[in-house]
Order: sequence, then C-alpha cells, then structure tokens
Amino acid sequence: MTTEYLLQIKNIVKDYSGNRVLKGVNINIKPGEIHGLVGENGAGKSTLMNILFGMPVIHNTGGYEGDIIIDGKVANPKTPREAMDLGIGMVHQEFMLIPGFTVTENIKLNREITKSNVISRVLGPKLETLDFKSMRKDSREALDKLGMDLDEREIVEGLPVGFMQFIEIAREIDKDNLKLLVFDEPTAVLAESEADTFLKVVKKLSDLGIAILFISHRLDEIIEVTDNITVLRDGEVVSYLKTKEANVNQIAELMVGRKLDNVNTIKKAREIENKDDYILELKNVSVDMPGERVKGLNLKVRRGEILGIGGLGGQGKIGIANGIMGLYKTTGEIIKDGKKLPLNQPKEVLDAGIAFVTEDRRGVGLLLENSIEENIAISALQIKDRFIKKLAGMNIMAKKEIREYALKMIEELDIRCTGPRQLTGQLSGGNQQKVCIARALTLEPDIIMVSEPTRGIDVGAKKIVLDLLKKLNEELGMTVIITSSELAELRSISDRIAIIFEGKLEGILEPDASDVDFGLMMAGEYGKGEVS
Amino acid sequence: MDNNVKTQEVKNKNEFFEKYIFPYAVPIVFLVLCGIGFYYSGLHYTFVLNEVIGRLARNSFLVISLIIPVIAGLGLNFGIVLGAMAGQIALFFVTDYAVKGIAGLLLAFVISTPLAIIFGYLTGQVLNKSKGREMITSMILGFFANGIYQLVFLVMAGTIIPFKNKDLLLSTGVGLKNSMDLAGVRYALDDLWKIRPFTGIAVPISTLIVVGILCVALTWFLKTKLGQEMRTVGQDMHVAGVAGIDVDKTRTIAVIISTVLAAWGQIIFLQNIGTLNTYGSHEQVGLFAVASLLIGGASIKKATYGQALIGTFLFHMLFIISPMAGQNLMGDSQIGEFFRVFVAYGVIGLALLLHAWQDKNKK
Repeated sequence: MTTEYLLQIKNIVKDYSGNRVLKGVNINIKPGEIHGLVGENGAGKSTLMNILFGMPVIHNTGGYEGDIIIDGKVANPKTPREAMDLGIGMVHQEFMLIPGFTVTENIKLNREITKSNVISRVLGPKLETLDFKSMRKDSREALDKLGMDLDEREIVEGLPVGFMQFIEIAREIDKDNLKLLVFDEPTAVLAESEADTFLKVVKKLSDLGIAILFISHRLDEIIEVTDNITVLRDGEVVSYLKTKEANVNQIAELMVGRKLDNVNTIKKAREIENKDDYILELKNVSVDMPGERVKGLNLKVRRGEILGIGGLGGQGKIGIANGIMGLYKTTGEIIKDGKKLPLNQPKEVLDAGIAFVTEDRRGVGLLLENSIEENIAISALQIKDRFIKKLAGMNIMAKKEIREYALKMIEELDIRCTGPRQLTGQLSGGNQQKVCIARALTLEPDIIMVSEPTRGIDVGAKKIVLDLLKKLNEELGMTVIITSSELAELRSISDRIAIIFEGKLEGILEPDASDVDFGLMMAGEYGKGEVS
Repeated sequence: MDNNVKTQEVKNKNEFFEKYIFPYAVPIVFLVLCGIGFYYSGLHYTFVLNEVIGRLARNSFLVISLIIPVIAGLGLNFGIVLGAMAGQIALFFVTDYAVKGIAGLLLAFVISTPLAIIFGYLTGQVLNKSKGREMITSMILGFFANGIYQLVFLVMAGTIIPFKNKDLLLSTGVGLKNSMDLAGVRYALDDLWKIRPFTGIAVPISTLIVVGILCVALTWFLKTKLGQEMRTVGQDMHVAGVAGIDVDKTRTIAVIISTVLAAWGQIIFLQNIGTLNTYGSHEQVGLFAVASLLIGGASIKKATYGQALIGTFLFHMLFIISPMAGQNLMGDSQIGEFFRVFVAYGVIGLALLLHAWQDKNKK
C-alpha cells in the first residue's frame, strides 16, 4: 500500500510506570513538508521524538503502543541505528558534536570513509585507514548545500554556536538516505541573525524533498517556517492547523488552555495591604546554573504574598531560587528587608530567614536512608544549633526534643507514615515533599522558596501540598515563592505570577489573566506584541 | 600612548607565554629540576647520558602502552600491572624450559599475548562498570591481582603447576623463589645491535628500533576506523553512543591493547635488567610508567608518544641524579635513598597538580 505520506505516527500510547504521557497521538507528514510541533513542557514532545528515534530509554521502560509508519510500511525503529537506516535524522537540542575533532570528523562521525590496507585484510575492516581526502570532499559538499562558508578542516571547539548547529545539519544531510529531519528546539541557542540564516536553510532542505519536523517554543518561527502545525497538550493532539490559517495568539491559547478541574481552580486576586512593602528585591541577578541560566533578572517580592514563578523549561526559572540560596554561582544584588544578602553563601542566606525546598527532592533534598525525624532536624542542627544539648563540653543531639518536634510536624502537616523513625526513602512522593517542607519550616523562615513542589506527585497529594503552602502563607504570614512548570498549579495558588523567558523577567500576571497572555509570555512574544 | 604600548607589550608577552610556555609547563618544570639536580649531583655527563639512554630503551615501551587508554577516555591505566604479570609469567616458562637468546624472547612474547588478552578483557569489563573512576579502580585492581598472583606462584607453583627446573622453586619444592636469574634472555634484544659511539656510552639500537616501530604503529592505528572510534569515545561517550559506536566494546579493546603492550614492555624491561624479582618486579610498573607519562606533559585526557618519550627521559634522569644530589646536599646517603622514593610519588602529585592548574587557567 502506498500513501502520499512519508511519515505516519499512528495512535502512539506511552506509559512511564503507570503515568500515561502519550495518549494516542496521530501525526502525518508528507515529503518536503515542514511540520511544526508545539506544546508546553511535559506535553509529550520529547517522548514522541524518543520513540521516533528508537531511543533506548523507551524500550527500557516497556516500549509503546501504536505504529510508526514510513513510506506506508510499519517501521517502529528499536535503536537509533535502525532509525538512521530508515532515513530519520535528528538535530539534537544539545549538540552531539565532539569539540576536539575537526568539522569533517564530526560530519563523518562513525560513518567514516575507509580504505583497506595490508593489515586490515588480515585483522578485519575495523583497521582500515581513514580516507580523509574523500571525507573532506563529502563534508565540503554538505556544507556547500547549506551555503556554509566554513573550512571543513577547522576544529569545532571555539566555533560560534550557530556554526555548530549547521555542522549537525550537514552531518544529517550527508547521509544519502535522509528522508525526515527532526529539529528539537533548534534556534534556542542561536542569536537572532543566526536564526534567520537557519530558517532559510530549513526551507532549502524542504525544497530538496526532505520532510522536516520542527519543534520550537518560538511561535513566530513556527508561523514563519512551517506548512502545518500540530499542538500537543498533556499527551494529546489538541489541534492540527494549517499554518496559513493560524496565528500566534491562537496557538498560545491552545498550548496553555486547560480544562480546569477541582484541583486547578484559579485563585481570586487578593487585596494586599501594603503594595510597596517589598521583602526581597533582586537586581540584575545572574545565576550560572547549567540548563537553567538566569541572565540579569530584576524582580521584587511583596511581603506576605505568594509569588509564582513560571516559564518553560530551560528558560531559567529554576535557577532563581537556587541562585538566591547561593547553590550556583550568582552575581548581582539580592536585598532582603533593605539589607544586602551575601551571594554564594548558603549558610548566610539560611540565617537571614530564607528557606528553600529543592526541586531535586530525591537527589539533594532528602537523606533517603535516614529517618523522618533526622531529615526534619538536620538543617536546624547545622544552622541554628537547635536540638543540641551540651554534655561534658560536647555537642550532643537532643534526641527527645527532636522526637517531640517531629511528632508535632507529622501531625500538623499530615505526613502519612508509620512513625518518626520511618526512612524517608519509603515514603510516597507527596509525603517526602511534606518532610522537605517540615525541615524548611524548622528554620523558622520569613520566606520559603519551593521549587517544583508537585513534580512526580499524584493528583490528590498535589492538592494537599499546595493547600499546605497556602496555609503557611495565610496563617503564619510567610512569604512563599513557588517555582513550577505547571502553570495551572501556579494559577491556583499564587497572588502574582512572574514569567521568565531567556533568563529574564518577561512579565508579571495576575492569576486570572487570559490563557493567551500566559501563552504569549511563555513564548517570549508578549513584549513584542505591545511594541508593534 | 605610553600606556598603550605597554599594554601591547604585556599582551605579546602573554601570547608568547600562552603559546609556547603554558602547554609545556610540566616538562619545563621538570627540565629545570633535572638541571638543578644534575649540577648538585656532580655526576659525569657521559655516565648520566649512558644511564638515561639505557633506561629510555628499557622503559619507553611500558610507558607508551598507557597512551591508548588515555585516548579512549579511560584515564591512566594502572592496570598495566596485570600486563606486566602476564609478561613475567611468560618469562617463568621460558626460563623453566631453558629457551635461550632471541628465540626465548620471542617465545615469551608469544606466550604472554593470550594471557594479556584475557587479563585485559577482564580489566576492561571491570572498568566499564566503573566509568568515571577508572584510575582508582585500575589501581586497586592491580593490588588485587597481585594477591592472586602471589597465591598462584607461592602455593600452586611446583604443586599444581609443574616446573621442570627445580632450581626455580623454593627449597620446600612449593612456590617460586624470590628472585629468578634470566641469564637465558638477558640482553637478548639489546645485544642484537648495540653501538658504542663514545667511550662509556652504549646505545641498544635494536631496542630503540622496536620502540620506534611501536610509535609508528600507534600513529597509524589512530588513523584507522578503530582508532577514530577510540578517540570519539574518549572525547564524549554519550555522543559516541548516539552515533552508533559500541562504547563498552571499544573501551575493552583499548584496555586489551594496553595490557598486551604492557606485557611485551615488561619482557623488554626485564631482558635488560637480567633478573626477575618474582614478587616485586611488576608492583611499581604502573606507578613509574604513569609518573613518566605525566612528566612528559600528558594529562589524563591527552597523551602522545612524544610526551611518553620526553617524560621517560626526564623521569629517569631525575631518578639517576636525585640520590646523588640528595647525598651531596644533605650529606647523608640515607637521605639520597629517601629522595628516590620521594621523587617517584612526588612527581605524580606535582604533575597532577600542575595539570589541574593548567586546566583552571584554560577556563
């Protein structure tokens, strides 16, 4: 059976340990078509691409249902190698380049042209010598096709980022059988002028008859370059549009819009008495956190509010709290209650009354092999010398005091456990999160910063954790800064939501602002709209 | 104006420093140390030169055996101790069967190879399970293998493993003697072609040719498909994997090659020494080879045969002159002896420190 489509993705369903991330996705792409794929973080884009590329992570977690059909034949690649043989190429978000190699060596990576020699005839083809001359010639051709004026003998290290991107593309088009090229956030690392050249190249490639699947958060690009657009949300295709008929606002709304259920009700805007009383001010703060860089952020936090920090993954929202705590190298000015906070000194920050619940709960957040009570007490032991008694001149842990306190916290925060001696590693995600919060509270902070509090927690527990934060805010007057990838969650709890884009503050919205505004801000289009 | 000129000068100076001094900081420091040591040792230069040439021929092969694992990203393979053991085991049997001269040497090469391949394969498997900690793992693996080696040749030799020549065994008939005379293969390679250009200097040309062949073979190997795969794996395992290279297999092959070369290297080393310390000859092999390579300016990520040769030269130069220098400076031969040990460990520490400093400056 022949079809007009090059690639058909049919009814793909994928579970990660009971968590359904793709719920029957269908996408069809014709030869030479540029197809845009958009969606929020966690919408299932990466999972879909991993399936398409036969990544081991998919098959190690139980495979998937549905079919990948190429040229009318069921293909279902099981390894990256198979996917490559099928003519699927991928330009990765992080570059798959070897910095110490020349451009040629990178383009021909593991596809080197070899000549046989005396020894290889005896010991096998692995010992054939590389034919650098033909390799260079092929690379030159590929680079010329892209219109790249770059010496193929140059070492990749030190080249501008844009060039690296083109080298990756050159590698893909050097493969003779390339039919489909997947771009995962290709322009995220490019400067504006580079991005323009890049988009031209993409169009050129499609003229060559190569189908292109284009994943991007930059909606204007999607509109500019694609023929058709698929919008993915929560593992479902919510819309399939012809680009001619689509506009940025519409796509933004489709990306973000959510069925609001009982967990995700939008919070009513609340009157704050003293609007100019700022407890925390960030001035030109930059944080060097890999993958979540903050680049010159200005932000003011009001006393007694719940401030949500949102934005897409990799834009720097996670870096903010980590930077304030001094966990990654930070520059700029952080002012709390009119006093400058010392940078890069976690202990000083804790002393100043700021507590932090990390996004990496199981990694750095908890001592999984220790009990609940020890986990709750540990920070206070270290920082505040609480729970310590002197015995013959030595500091001894006051076990009884810790036990009493832990029991109190377990009751107050409703931590479901067998008792304070239970190991935190045995608790469910939601209860682990409560232990983390309990520990932060033990420091008696004025500000509690919570990062991704509901990541990996089931729906019921989510609500409890969020309610707990709300209670802390309302009853104890604690200022809460909550960072989350889930916009709905932020909208249900925050008084104001700051959206971060490319390491800077894109804007602050009220929780009941429209889906369109949120979508535009997250895509970095908000400011642009106002100007034009 | 004046100021501008000055900044320009400073810039030029910096550029000069960065281009010519900085990459060679480690060997330069050791060259200076050698110069100072030579001055204070009061030794005659022909003596030092003769010694250094002899040791260069003797040790280079072992040091070069470290290069391939470095290129494949495994760091410094202290596991060449296992290769050295394979070489020694081969020499036991050659001595036992009294095969003499170059024939005995070649037979030793042949016997050691399959042993070294097995040892290398096992080492490779262990190192693949401990990615990122290969250096310490290979070091401990060397200690562990030493235990097994002792068990085999103290308890099983003469009982389970038959030996024809009872002189090799301890008086009880069980276990190998502490030291073994390798009279049969002594200088078998060195004496094949040896020239004496000046009085007091003997150059074992044949051995140096073997080392030269190894260098050429290494250069050629790195230009093959397999060599390219090793370089790729060494630079970035993840990228290599995505490109479809079998990372674990490539790493294992790198370790096997290294172990086999080390076995041959140990045989070349021992034919020059002439006696085999049954339970000790292999122990320091890893340490000394690593020290030599590091002094030559290699790092745990990058190494060339040029660095191996320069490093071997400098390390052994220091080794020859430091006891005398120590004695002349401190007036005590005990201190000179202490100096020798101090130098071996000290140079590794210093070289690693200098490399760390270099890395930091690069950023």
